[in-house]
Amino acid sequence: MYGFGLAKGLMVTLKNFIRPPFTIQYPEERIPQHPRFRGEEFAWYEERCTGCASCAKYCPLGIIKIVTSEGGRSPQEGGHYDIDVFDIDIGRCMFCGLCVEACPYDALFMGSGFERGRYERQDLVITVDELREAVKKPSTWFRPQLEDSGYDPHKDSALDWRAVGREKWEWHQREKAGARIKFRPARVGDKTQEGDGEARS
Amino acid sequence: MTPFLQENVVFREVYCFLGGNEGNASWCGGDGLLPGGFEWAAYFAAGFVIMFILVNAALLGAAVFVWSERRLLARFQARRGPNRWGPWGIFQPIADLLKLIIKEDIVPNAADRLAFTLVPIIMLMALLLSLAVMPFARNTYLVNLNVGILYIIAVSSMSTIAIFMAGWSSANKYAMFGAMRGVAMLISYEIPLVLSLVGVVLIVGSMSLVSVVEAQTVPFLLVQPLGALVFMLGISAELNRTPFDILEAESEIIAGYHTEYSGIKFALIQAAEMAGVLAASGFLATIFMGGWSGPFWSGQLGAFWFLVKLAGFVMLFIWIRATFPRLRIDQIMAFAWKFLLPLALINFLVTAVQVYFFGFYQGDVPGELTRNELWIMAAINIPVALIAIGIFGRFSREKVRVPEPVFQNIAPSPRTMEVD
Amino acid sequence: MAIRTEPVTINIGPQHPSTHGVLRLRVTFDGEVIVDVEPVFGYLHRGSEKLAEERNYVQVLTLTDRLDYVASMTNNQAYCIAVEKMLGVEAPLRGQYLRVLAAELQRAASHLVATGFLLQDLGALATPLMYCFRFREKILDLFEMLCGARITVSYMRPGGVFSDAPPDFWPALDDLMQEAPHLIQELEQLLMKNEIVLVRTKNVGVLSAESAIASSVSGPVLRASGVAWDWRKMDPYDIYDRLEFDVPVGERGDNYDRFRVRIEEVKQSLRIVEQCRDEIHPGPVRADVDAEAIDLVLERRGEAEKPLAEGPVRAELPFVLRPPAGAEAYGRVEAPKGELAFYLVSDGSIAPYRCKIRSPSLINLTVLRELLVGWKLADMIVTLGSIDINMGEVDR
Repeated sequence: MYGFGLAKGLMVTLKNFIRPPFTIQYPEERIPQHPRFRGEEFAWYEERCTGCASCAKYCPLGIIKIVTSEGGRSPQEGGHYDIDVFDIDIGRCMFCGLCVEACPYDALFMGSGFERGRYERQDLVITVDELREAVKKPSTWFRPQLEDSGYDPHKDSALDWRAVGREKWEWHQREKAGARIKFRPARVGDKTQEGDGEARS
Repeated sequence: MTPFLQENVVFREVYCFLGGNEGNASWCGGDGLLPGGFEWAAYFAAGFVIMFILVNAALLGAAVFVWSERRLLARFQARRGPNRWGPWGIFQPIADLLKLIIKEDIVPNAADRLAFTLVPIIMLMALLLSLAVMPFARNTYLVNLNVGILYIIAVSSMSTIAIFMAGWSSANKYAMFGAMRGVAMLISYEIPLVLSLVGVVLIVGSMSLVSVVEAQTVPFLLVQPLGALVFMLGISAELNRTPFDILEAESEIIAGYHTEYSGIKFALIQAAEMAGVLAASGFLATIFMGGWSGPFWSGQLGAFWFLVKLAGFVMLFIWIRATFPRLRIDQIMAFAWKFLLPLALINFLVTAVQVYFFGFYQGDVPGELTRNELWIMAAINIPVALIAIGIFGRFSREKVRVPEPVFQNIAPSPRTMEVD
Repeated sequence: MAIRTEPVTINIGPQHPSTHGVLRLRVTFDGEVIVDVEPVFGYLHRGSEKLAEERNYVQVLTLTDRLDYVASMTNNQAYCIAVEKMLGVEAPLRGQYLRVLAAELQRAASHLVATGFLLQDLGALATPLMYCFRFREKILDLFEMLCGARITVSYMRPGGVFSDAPPDFWPALDDLMQEAPHLIQELEQLLMKNEIVLVRTKNVGVLSAESAIASSVSGPVLRASGVAWDWRKMDPYDIYDRLEFDVPVGERGDNYDRFRVRIEEVKQSLRIVEQCRDEIHPGPVRADVDAEAIDLVLERRGEAEKPLAEGPVRAELPFVLRPPAGAEAYGRVEAPKGELAFYLVSDGSIAPYRCKIRSPSLINLTVLRELLVGWKLADMIVTLGSIDINMGEVDR
């Protein structure tokens, strides 16, 4: 009969009327984020960074600016550069994560934040000081070693630079079943050489 | 002093308090505050008090309706709706209103200023005037007009003029589209709307809404199912509610006739629309659900019963709005002329025969149809309604013809990419 | 005496509630009836094709996310297939399964958006839209698990996907697959037999099969016109030849058929996802290549990449790829909106010499005038919604 489809539609909306809503109240409640979430609070470990600027090179937008100066030992002898400037312009960042993918020494990680509303554009630039002082809760995106250890940046505590490296990388089982590459442990600078022994294993 | 003003409790009390029985008012005892010769001041004050109460009640009702509609719509859509201001977000319309008031009141350069400014006033006025005859509870109404039903229809049609004025004076093509649609649609829907009420008038024998309520020993929703359906659909078209909201079809013509309105003018238009839904629900409740009469304590709880019924109809309006897409203009016109009008006429015919059969006008004395007679009418009319809907409800099955382009030989619009 | 009237020209858009972005339609009306339509686009032009020439092959991937931003996965897939063809590598099986799984979930999500906005254009006050988005949110949650982003996914890489799905992805996928039939059924109950939807969409905006083919439209718009043409069947890429699914086809090619075909395709997509979930088995997800055979610059891990092992060394595809000079490839997928293809030419450098994008939305938009002339304003909005364009893809 005419109008039957309309009545059916009314029933559907009535059914949804009784159900609890599916939206959440954002500032108070949050949807659970996956550990792989690519957010803006970059976790950067200076101890691991050699200043190679791979991240800056591979950023599709060129928003990472790195200025280095020679450190205590010459780079040829295995020393490292001092990082003077490490600016990430979050205002233009699209969170593709290619900088993390490019980092050869596991020094840069995506973060899990997404609330960086600011009144001025220059406040959107993450400077090297901010990166140094930040609470480092790296996202597990493109870091199978963190994923294997079951790290969750939203629940677990901040990670030290020793805990995030690939030295203890147990191969991501499914991904690496066919790969046969061996990696040398990442180089680290002098300052951290002492405590480095067990981390390398 | 016109007699029907005496019936109004508020008016009488205020008048007596101020004016006393100086003017030989037998319905008022004792002296008033004002000295003799100032009855006109008492009259004015009493009228003002009533106006003040009614206007504020209507606007406040609109605010509450805005809030409840947003909340309920949200729930139908599995959302939560506004819930920040006050408990359950109940102050949200107040916040909206404040925002609209402090916004700049823009009048387009090309607009006809006078007509543009008059529109919100006329819209709100039409609405408030129609509330004058609504019986909110027993003996609680402004006027008991003996042409109440006719008055409602006459007054509420004024909003059509306002809509056209809005569209024309805005000097905006979208607004003009909305206004043209509005005029075509609203005038078409007046006819079934009026005809659907004829059955009620025949049964009651009076156009006064108070008499209508008192005559409803059985709710007219059962006695006049076709009339109620046609009135419900017609009034939702008059109110621009889905599925007939082509006047302000957001996805098609931005906001229709009030595209150019902003600030307080927009607020008034919105208030008129929202309070219009309340008024329509009130009339539906009054005419077809027995108004303030309830299963018990109709006298004491009259306002409560009225509000319950009104809320039920409001809920129905919101429910329909949450569910249905809108029709196209030609389908809406076809719906009015091919579906609603025949149904209204059938209802008219059937009711007339029944009323004649039950000897309503025997000996030229308007009598009352007894409860049993009304039940018999309901038993006849409900199957009649179903059959009539079944017969005339085929308009959607009708094959839609592919229209021919009207201007076959028109020069195409310039296809170059000129800067404009 | 006849009243003399004259046609009115209105610019619908670029700022209009239902032009799906910043499309502008210059429409001439006679009353409510459309006399002429001219789509004007370019308001969202970002020069993706030119930008691609400035970036290396993996970086271009992030540009493809932003073409059709409601279906990023299939954009990634088309681009990756093009690059793989150039390099002569093939993604490992598990990688292909993951790609197809993600692409089909994305197809479902995209069609849900299209359906929701079609109903929004019909004036249904966002209720079906909210129901569609409720479903889509669940799919986006899965995407967040896969790759950490919901819309601009960048999940796939030339040679597979960047990483395997996390362990908690599979239970979540099971949950979705259990819930999905109910959600679709609810949507169908609300819409499929709704008289108002029927009367608004049936026989409106009819596109005949001949003119559909003649104007080279693709995707659901073509299939609704009765042409069973689907690149997943015609030229199976990835693992589509192993999967079982039907290609839904419309009868008349009107708005209702397009809408109907999309709903059916959502069901078929979920069917494919189910098969992928059941058939997938462990393995690598990104192609290994012979490090000596192809001139690859192992820049990704710097010096640390120098092999210590004896014998032939196979490595993951590196970050910087250098296809041989003169190589060209046409990577084509059946995106939710139609045939999406990337045509890449290499000059031996790290960036493509030319990147041409065949975007389905743009080509589907070309039939608009044919569909609309003679219909009313309200039909125009609905027809535009049923074609399902995406301005990010039209303007590129």
